[in-house]
Amino acid sequence: MITLSAGDLSLAAVLVLLVALLSLQLHLGLERRLLIAAGRSVLQLMLLGLVLKTLFATQALWLILLLALIMLAVAGWEVMARQQRPYRGFWGYGIGALSMFISSFSITVLALTLIIRVEPWYQPQYLIPLLGMLLGNTMNGIAIALDQLTRQAVASRAQIEAQLLLGAHWDQAIAGLRRESLRAGLIPIINAMSTAGIVSLPGMMTGQILAGGPPLEAAKYQIMILLLISAGTGFGSIAAVWIGSRRLFDDRERLRLDRLRSPRI
Amino acid sequence: MASLRLQGVRVLQLAPIELEIAAGSLVMLSGASGAGKSLLLRALADLDPHSGEVYLGTEPRSRMPASSWRRRVALLPAESSWWAETVGDHFPQNCHELTPWFERLGWSLTVLQWAVARLSTGERQRLALLRALALQPEALLLDEPTAHLDAANGSQVEALIADYRQRHQTAVLWVSHDAKQRHRLGDQSFCISQGQLIPEFIHR
Repeated sequence: MITLSAGDLSLAAVLVLLVALLSLQLHLGLERRLLIAAGRSVLQLMLLGLVLKTLFATQALWLILLLALIMLAVAGWEVMARQQRPYRGFWGYGIGALSMFISSFSITVLALTLIIRVEPWYQPQYLIPLLGMLLGNTMNGIAIALDQLTRQAVASRAQIEAQLLLGAHWDQAIAGLRRESLRAGLIPIINAMSTAGIVSLPGMMTGQILAGGPPLEAAKYQIMILLLISAGTGFGSIAAVWIGSRRLFDDRERLRLDRLRSPRI
Repeated sequence: MASLRLQGVRVLQLAPIELEIAAGSLVMLSGASGAGKSLLLRALADLDPHSGEVYLGTEPRSRMPASSWRRRVALLPAESSWWAETVGDHFPQNCHELTPWFERLGWSLTVLQWAVARLSTGERQRLALLRALALQPEALLLDEPTAHLDAANGSQVEALIADYRQRHQTAVLWVSHDAKQRHRLGDQSFCISQGQLIPEFIHR
C-alpha cells in the first residue's frame, strides 16, 4: 500500500483552493463555507485517525462506547441543524438522536455479532467504521424525512384540520404526509443501491481497493454495508416519522404547529 | 336532539363565555373581523388549546374522544379545504341517501366524480356543507356558510340548513356579517364587541 505524505495531501488541497478562488471570482459567495468545511474535514479526520490509533492499542470497552456516543450526539445535532422547522425543546434533538440510536446502534451490533462475527464484538477496527457509515447515511435519510414531514404539515395545515373536523383520527389525517416523507427519506439510498458499481464506485469499496485489498472482498463488504445502510435508513426514518408525527398532535388530536420553531432565515 | 352549552370558554382576549344554545335553535354571531369569532368556533370544535368546557346535551366534551366530538359537533370553516383528488373521496362511502340534498343544491350524484380542482369557490362551499351534514352532526358551528354565494344559492343553503335543523333538532351557532340574514334566521343574536358577547335585538 502506498502511503500518503502531507505534501501529497496539500496538492489535493490546492485544487480546493482553486475552486474557492473561482467562487470569489464568480461571486458565488461559497468560498468561506467551502474552506471552513474542507478545514473541518481535514481536522476531524486526522483527529479520528489519531483517536482510532490509540483506541486500537487499548481496546477498552468504555472508551469505544464513549466515542460511539459522541458520534451519535453529533449526528443528532446535525439532524436538528438540517431542519427548517425543528421541534421545540428536547424533541428537536431527541427525535433524530433516538431514531438513529434505535436503527444504527442495533444494526451495527447485529452485523458485528451475526454477520462479521468479530471476537470480541466491540473490536474498534470493525465497530467504529461500521457505525460511522451507518450513522452518516441514516442521518441523511432521517433529516430529509423529518424536514419533509414538518414542512408539509405546515403547508397542508388546512387540509389536515379539515380531516380532523370531519372526525378523522390524528393518524388518519397525517397518513398521506407520513408516506410522502418516508418516500423522500428512502429514495436516496434506493438510488444509491441501483447505481452502485455501474455509475458510482462507493466510497468504502474505493478506499479498500486503494489500500490494496482484493476487489472481490471489497465488493462483498460494500454489498453488506449498502444492505445495512438501507435497513438502517428504513428503520430510522420510520421511527423518526412516527415519533415526529405523533408529536405534531396533542392528546385532544389537535394539530400543534406551535410545537415547531419559527423558520430559520 | 341536544343543546350546546358553553361554560367559561376563554379565547384570546375575550371574557369567559357562558352561553346555552337550545336543541333546534339558531344563534347568530357577528363582530368586526379579528374580534375572535372564527377562533371561538375553532375552540368549540376543540381545534385550538383553550380553557373552559362545552356540553352536548349533558355530555361534557372532556369525557369524549376529540374525534367523536368533532364528528358530533361539526365546524364548517369559512374557507373549505380539500385533500383528495375527487369530490367523492371526501364523502362517506354510502351517501345514496344524500341524493335529495345534492339535488336541492342543483347537482346529481355524479358530482362525486368531479375533480375538486374544477369546482368554483361557491361550489366548494356548498359541497363542504353537504360533506359535513353527511356525518349527521348533532350540533353545527357555521362560519359564514353563505359568504361566497349569490342570492339564489344563498337562500337554497339557508333552507337546507333550516330543514336539517328542524328534522334533527340541531343546535346551530352561525357567524354572519349580514344583518338582514341575522334578523331573518336567528332565534338569538350576539355581537362580539370589546371582548364581550353582547346580545343584539332581533326584529323581523
